[in-house]
Amino acid sequence: MATVEILHPGLLSLLQDSGRFGQHQIGLTSGGPLDPEAFYWANRLCDNDAATTIEASIGGLKLRVDAPIRVAVTGGEMPVTINGTSAPRWQTLRLQAGDTLELGYSKLGSRCYVAFAGGLQVEPQFGSTATVVREGIGGLRGTALQKGDTIPAVVDDGGPCLRLPPAKRPHYTHRATLRVVTGYQQDHFSREQQQRFFRSTYDVSERCDRMGYRLLGPPVHSALDGILSEGICLGAVQIPPDGQPIVLLNDRQTIGGYPKIGSVLSLDLARLAQLMPGDQVNFAEIDMELAQRILHLYYNMRRTIALDLIAPDFIVE
Amino acid sequence: METQPRIQVAGENALIIYFGSVATAAVSAHVQHTAQLLRELMGPHLIDLIPSYASLLVLFDPLSCDPPQVCHWIEQALEDETSFSDSDGQLVELPVWYSAESGPDLEELAARAGLSVDDVIRLHQATDYRVYAIGFAPGFAYLGEVDERLATPRLATPRRRVPQGAVAIADRQTAVYPTASPGGWNLIGLCPTPMFDPHASPSMPVSVGDRVRFTAIDRQQFLELGGQLPGEIR
Repeated sequence: MATVEILHPGLLSLLQDSGRFGQHQIGLTSGGPLDPEAFYWANRLCDNDAATTIEASIGGLKLRVDAPIRVAVTGGEMPVTINGTSAPRWQTLRLQAGDTLELGYSKLGSRCYVAFAGGLQVEPQFGSTATVVREGIGGLRGTALQKGDTIPAVVDDGGPCLRLPPAKRPHYTHRATLRVVTGYQQDHFSREQQQRFFRSTYDVSERCDRMGYRLLGPPVHSALDGILSEGICLGAVQIPPDGQPIVLLNDRQTIGGYPKIGSVLSLDLARLAQLMPGDQVNFAEIDMELAQRILHLYYNMRRTIALDLIAPDFIVE
Repeated sequence: METQPRIQVAGENALIIYFGSVATAAVSAHVQHTAQLLRELMGPHLIDLIPSYASLLVLFDPLSCDPPQVCHWIEQALEDETSFSDSDGQLVELPVWYSAESGPDLEELAARAGLSVDDVIRLHQATDYRVYAIGFAPGFAYLGEVDERLATPRLATPRRRVPQGAVAIADRQTAVYPTASPGGWNLIGLCPTPMFDPHASPSMPVSVGDRVRFTAIDRQQFLELGGQLPGEIR
């Protein structure tokens, strides 16, 4: 058994697996990685299924391992160092006993995933290790990682070192187009209001977190004051009385009473969650049928991407 | 008035069934019955369900089934003719210590309603409430409907901290706060029964569709039943 020790948690570091499902009836939200694409690659580079990883927001995470371990860092442009020496993202890295891995602060892309070959060994709660701080559920004790936390991991079994070819990596920018599957109360927004929503550019506000991203821009109004509280799915675009859209993310409340115009495609939520305050988004309307085709194409394509087998050239003596 | 349930797109892998525009026990029972049937019909294709007052959100695996198939399952469930009743759920009794000390809004609420504090306490116990929905926070059960005379709007300024176990009223809804959290409902008492315990099985004493009856206890009984004094509630 190996141990990962948190020397510094950075701004916000959370244990996340793919999320908690089948527990909405007791009010538990889904949690899970805000950028499931980067999460997937971090795990695949470690030859894992959807294992427990560390989701680091903005940066500042510093950890030490007490045994040889293979890790991979994917996501936003946080500079990675091992014992102070620069190391690449998007590939498997071999750590030796006593090595320190550090993520610097990002200027582009706000989430990184650190995966460990064999997965972090954390006891699931309600079927998942995903940490939802608001609920006090998941992770080590329902909280963000803290200095001094130790997490059991698996000793390197000598498995392969892999790299995602640069051309296949996500391209992070300060802008995202979010495709919206329209529905819910869409019919209660007039044609003019819908046009305004789909033709305007919105800024990401300071109020953006794992519950949702509040956007700022031309206000949109529906003909409804409120609705009977109903289930909210991932990515739902909620329009509160001030007309400023909120895109609801993994740690959202499961039910609520504000009108919604539809829900953002999951693939685009991965892009949204990498944005920072001041970055810009716009919306594009799609229907459910097109969303299905896009998802099938994406998942089929992703499965066929071959990883490069690389020499374990990054060995820190 | 009977309206036909309506299926609406909610997201890439989500359909929502609207059973009507008002929450009644009969509508809620239909939501619950449909949820039960969909669990059986959809099996592993079902990711999660969110039942609420008059709607049911159905989340499915978009890679293993497609929306027309899910619509078909939903229609099958809606066409089911097995009888169900709005009293199918279990009846759960929850003890409440009603007092000005444990419920800082009790006197204000009584004054506003033109009732005595004793009347408020009596009326709050006189109804068997239905669990319409669970959400907002783990274990937070929305119960309805309280006697019209007790209906009170939310506080203009929500409290930054409502204690665990607080029994509260907002409009014609009532609830027990499962954990300490911010909240804007009117507090009338404290319940010693844990509403959410992640280490217990089941983790909640109630489910959607159950009925809840409140029974008054005093401070001593509250403590004997394991209730924790929250300190001064502001």
